[in-house]
Amino acid sequence: MTVDSDNDLERQIAEWRAYMRRRRPLHDTDADELEDHLRSRITELTEAGLQADEAFLIAVKRMGSLDEVAREFAREHSERLWKQLVLPREPDAPTAARSRRELPVMVACAIAAAIAIKVPALFGLDISDDEDAEFYVRNFSLFVLPVLAAYFAWQRRVGLRVIGVLALLFVLGAVAANAYGLDGDSQSFVLTAIHLPLALWLVVGVAYVGGEWRSDRRRMDFIRFTGEWLIYFNLIATGGGILLAFTAGTFNAIGLDPEEFIQSWLLPCGVVAAVIVSAWLVEAKQSVIENMAPVLTRVFTPLFAATLLAFLVAFMWTSNGIDVDRDVLIIFDLLLVIVLGLLLYSISARDPAARPSLFDHLQLVLVVTALVIDVIVLLAITGRISEWGFTPNKSAALGENVILLANLAWSAWLFLGFVRGRAPFAQLERWQTRYVVVYAAWAWLVVLAFPFVFDFA
Amino acid sequence: MYITKDLVAASATPLVLGILADGESYGYAILKQVNDLSGGQLEWTDGLLYPLLHRLERLGHVESAWETPPGGRRRKYYRITDQGRAELAEQRRQWATVVDALRGVWSTTESLKPSTAIKPITATPAWGTGR
Repeated sequence: MTVDSDNDLERQIAEWRAYMRRRRPLHDTDADELEDHLRSRITELTEAGLQADEAFLIAVKRMGSLDEVAREFAREHSERLWKQLVLPREPDAPTAARSRRELPVMVACAIAAAIAIKVPALFGLDISDDEDAEFYVRNFSLFVLPVLAAYFAWQRRVGLRVIGVLALLFVLGAVAANAYGLDGDSQSFVLTAIHLPLALWLVVGVAYVGGEWRSDRRRMDFIRFTGEWLIYFNLIATGGGILLAFTAGTFNAIGLDPEEFIQSWLLPCGVVAAVIVSAWLVEAKQSVIENMAPVLTRVFTPLFAATLLAFLVAFMWTSNGIDVDRDVLIIFDLLLVIVLGLLLYSISARDPAARPSLFDHLQLVLVVTALVIDVIVLLAITGRISEWGFTPNKSAALGENVILLANLAWSAWLFLGFVRGRAPFAQLERWQTRYVVVYAAWAWLVVLAFPFVFDFA
Repeated sequence: MYITKDLVAASATPLVLGILADGESYGYAILKQVNDLSGGQLEWTDGLLYPLLHRLERLGHVESAWETPPGGRRRKYYRITDQGRAELAEQRRQWATVVDALRGVWSTTESLKPSTAIKPITATPAWGTGR
């Protein structure tokens, strides 16, 4: 082999690598691995007497079409391009036509949701009126989430059976929200207003995964989607808030009072449209902000871990019991939910094959402290229940804390195994995706059964 | 001899796990060993072995590490885990059942040659098309 052909071979391999790098499912380490393979084969072939360039051609051919290899990698590492719902393939004509229709369909859905929220106004239910506001609080999610589910059902071309299930669940939600005739001051009313959107959001999840709700990977996709969606929604809400402030300020300046317009038109229509637009943005623009949510979890995981630790230290130092006021309980529940969100999101954004890092240890600390706090809160709640008996609020708080406790405890156990190199990360992933069912079941239970059990209190 | 894609796919996991059960190895060597073991009959597309290895790793059946042998290239080695051994044993049981059943069929079938009256079935069997 001459020096020339050696250089030539290196150039060819470098070109092949560059070509491979353009395929997003393939990461650098995969490219390293495949290149090592290619070189092994070239060495073998040249030793058998072939010229370097001949050997290169054969080796590349034996590797198979890079498109096909990339597709297999994408199938295996769906977290790398979870947003590409259709695995990379040659864009055929119908797909291209469909993606052109994406934007108009999204706009139509956003408008549909905006109209839906104004329909009750035709029957004299004014959203800015305090009396009627109860109706909107109870039903808010029912105006927008079915539209969102329909959008995904269209986009994923789900079958009739799945559409039937979705419709049935939304009808069930509508019945549960309205048939009981809950009093606006009752605890059950507040619980329904909180839990119905959660239950229905998971119904949207069924549409999001195109009916494949049994698939762990697809569920994880939905968890990712939820995190990204929250970020987009918050961005739009911030922008919307600024818009509202300007609208109010400028119109006031010329002596018009836009308050009623804002309260009964701009705000409700804007919020429901933003729900749809954020979902579309997540789907359409993933690569832009894809890395945002993992960054946020990285920033906030240490901060939350430090805060929780500080709280635990202070709790033990002062040996004060927790004052189990309703508001305080809610704060603790929200705190635990945020911890869980941080955990879930960092799991969903993590490369499952990566080795345990310092960040994973931090995460473990966060989970364990949250677990301890959950136990303290649980003790406080049970103490209060044994003293004053069950109320809807306390029972819901108890149930939620038990559910979180189970999740956090087993997560901590799996995390410990992972950090010590005893268990693969995938176990933790699977545990979280399977647990989603528990949340769904609980949310529906609160919405459907609690009013009955507690006599509409 | 051409071996259908479904058969190649179905046998890939036990083959890889079986090879790794003998000791750690890397992609190219695994492929060569499969080739040797099957007398050159089992032809895998090189690139498709790696997604399979990554899947086995994600499931916890194998683990990997980059190693640099003295004077050599950096290379990713795969090692079977205890869980992978258990999986291999399970796959082995399943394959043994299938092979036994096939053997039973072969011995009861009078002739494997297609009869002249009935046309041989050339299409892919129905159970193979679903994958």
